[in-house]
Amino acid sequence: MNHRFPNSLRPLVILMTCGWLMPLSVGAQAPNDTSADNVYTPPRTPFGQPDLQGFWTNATYTPLERPDDVTQAFYTPEELAERLARAAARESAQTVLGTTADVHYDFTQFGLDRSQSTFAEDLRTSLIVDPPNGRIPPMTAEGKRRNAEREAARGGRWDSAQDNQLDDRCIIMRGSGPPMMNTSYNSNYQIVQMPGYLMILVEMIHDVRIIPLDGRPQPHSRLRQWMGTSRGRWEGDTLVVETTNFNGKNPFWGSSENMRVIERFTRVAEDSIRYTFTVEDESTWVRPWTGELQMKATQGPLFEHACHEGNYGLYNTLVGARLEEQRAAEEAKRVEQD
Amino acid sequence: MARCFDWLPVRFLIENNQMRIGLASSIIMTVVLSSSLMLAVPSAEGQEPGYRAPRTTDGHPDLSGIWQAISSAHWDIEVHAAAPGLVRELGAAAAIPPGLGVVDGGEIPYRPEALEQKRHNFANRLALDPEIKCYLPGVPRSTYMPFPFQIIQSKEYVMLVHEYAGAVRTIYMNEHTEAPADSWMGWSNGHWEGETLVVDSTGFNDKTWFDRAGNFHSSALHVIERFTPRSADTLTYEVTIEDPDVFTRPWSMSMPLYRRVEPNAELLEFRCVEFVEDLIYGDLSKQPD
Repeated sequence: MNHRFPNSLRPLVILMTCGWLMPLSVGAQAPNDTSADNVYTPPRTPFGQPDLQGFWTNATYTPLERPDDVTQAFYTPEELAERLARAAARESAQTVLGTTADVHYDFTQFGLDRSQSTFAEDLRTSLIVDPPNGRIPPMTAEGKRRNAEREAARGGRWDSAQDNQLDDRCIIMRGSGPPMMNTSYNSNYQIVQMPGYLMILVEMIHDVRIIPLDGRPQPHSRLRQWMGTSRGRWEGDTLVVETTNFNGKNPFWGSSENMRVIERFTRVAEDSIRYTFTVEDESTWVRPWTGELQMKATQGPLFEHACHEGNYGLYNTLVGARLEEQRAAEEAKRVEQD
Repeated sequence: MARCFDWLPVRFLIENNQMRIGLASSIIMTVVLSSSLMLAVPSAEGQEPGYRAPRTTDGHPDLSGIWQAISSAHWDIEVHAAAPGLVRELGAAAAIPPGLGVVDGGEIPYRPEALEQKRHNFANRLALDPEIKCYLPGVPRSTYMPFPFQIIQSKEYVMLVHEYAGAVRTIYMNEHTEAPADSWMGWSNGHWEGETLVVDSTGFNDKTWFDRAGNFHSSALHVIERFTPRSADTLTYEVTIEDPDVFTRPWSMSMPLYRRVEPNAELLEFRCVEFVEDLIYGDLSKQPD
């Protein structure tokens, strides 16, 4: 039993699990049920836009792709409860003292594991809603070749700072997107609106998306950025954001710099925004694909996530790797001498 | 909380006569300059007489837009002559441009031991300046770095979003609370005084500087900023700095901020972490066999 909750608290865990499920009826996630969307009219800002402002989280255990052992698009509430409990137990499992895992964060502390924060779960078995099988479409030959080359060009993971992962380097994280995917912790966002702009502050690495809504064109295609360049417009009550001009250095499931992302934000309840994203990249996938996440109202404020400034992890990792190499070399020399 | 110059011998220039003369003359200069400044500035608010900014839907002056300082304050907020740069290969391109300074009275009233620390910072700025490592710039340095920043203004929040390193400040207009912890960009509460946005910030760490010349503060820093529209495309930016651990008295600086009026102006990414990885971690890379 390595669950972090003592037995005496287990009924509480079950209650909490039920608590996560309650918003489902409001969030309109039952199959073929869009009636709730039609009923809800989002509030307006003083300047007349649908009001998306506030603090939101897209923390979820729902995987991007439908698991192999699942065929249906939606779980029953009972099935979901069981999956969530299992996921929470797995994530909050205590690390074993003295192991490598123990050296990093204890996710059960500081509310870092998802089950301890506001939760944006729904009944879907995958975030991908199109194709209907809930899986990323097949990759094109060009996409496969490009990703193989990318892989081959990479050094050993600990060889240098540049060989580490982008999130370990504090350059960009999955929550920034677009598309804005849930991260393992801090999947939090703040939206502020004003005439002409909508701003999304991403908690991770304090990334800010300032989305112009004034109909301006995309900049010249030679301007390439990590998060691309975004342009937004209102379609009814839905904010539609189109992003191009990616630099291709942060591929989204193997995408190229030619990826085009279309995001849709619709407030479907007082405490919920339905967020969908469609990715198009002919040079990578045989067809576009679409995912959906819920953004649930959560408590602010967002605190400063000074990732790079406090990046002892990367430093220590590199020091450790060089030490291990040195030891291995000394060991090899010793064996040679014997 | 440990102050960053605790370790310095406190014997310093207290009894140094030159220093006394320096301090005395700076006090005189302060008096002379501040009185002449008061004559020169049209009003204490720093705005053109009669200028009234457009209003937001909630009735406050609309400060939104993309702004940028034009000065050499990011090199040195104090008055300074042109000087060679530190990187020989960059020659004139990285030489230090001259500046009349933005500090009211011309000089920062350092405590003697802090002045020693400032000089140490300046002498070792290539190694110590946090900007060189792409660290968050702190306040008020973020405002006058040579990068644009955008004000996103709502009734509850005024967001200052900086192109440099994606630094961002949230100014809480309604819920005024104490800083929950020290941070690089501090904790800011704001309110309106007529045409002026007044921002009161604390909760800073002691790791940021005011400029590239090593002017610094401790974690006791308290910053009060005043953003006043002075015309459609300019703001007057006034800052008061309090930090009794470093300065003998509060002091202030002021400068105009200019709107980026290009119709296509927008903040772009200056995600500088990857530009400094070789500098910070290069020595720890695997060496070729």
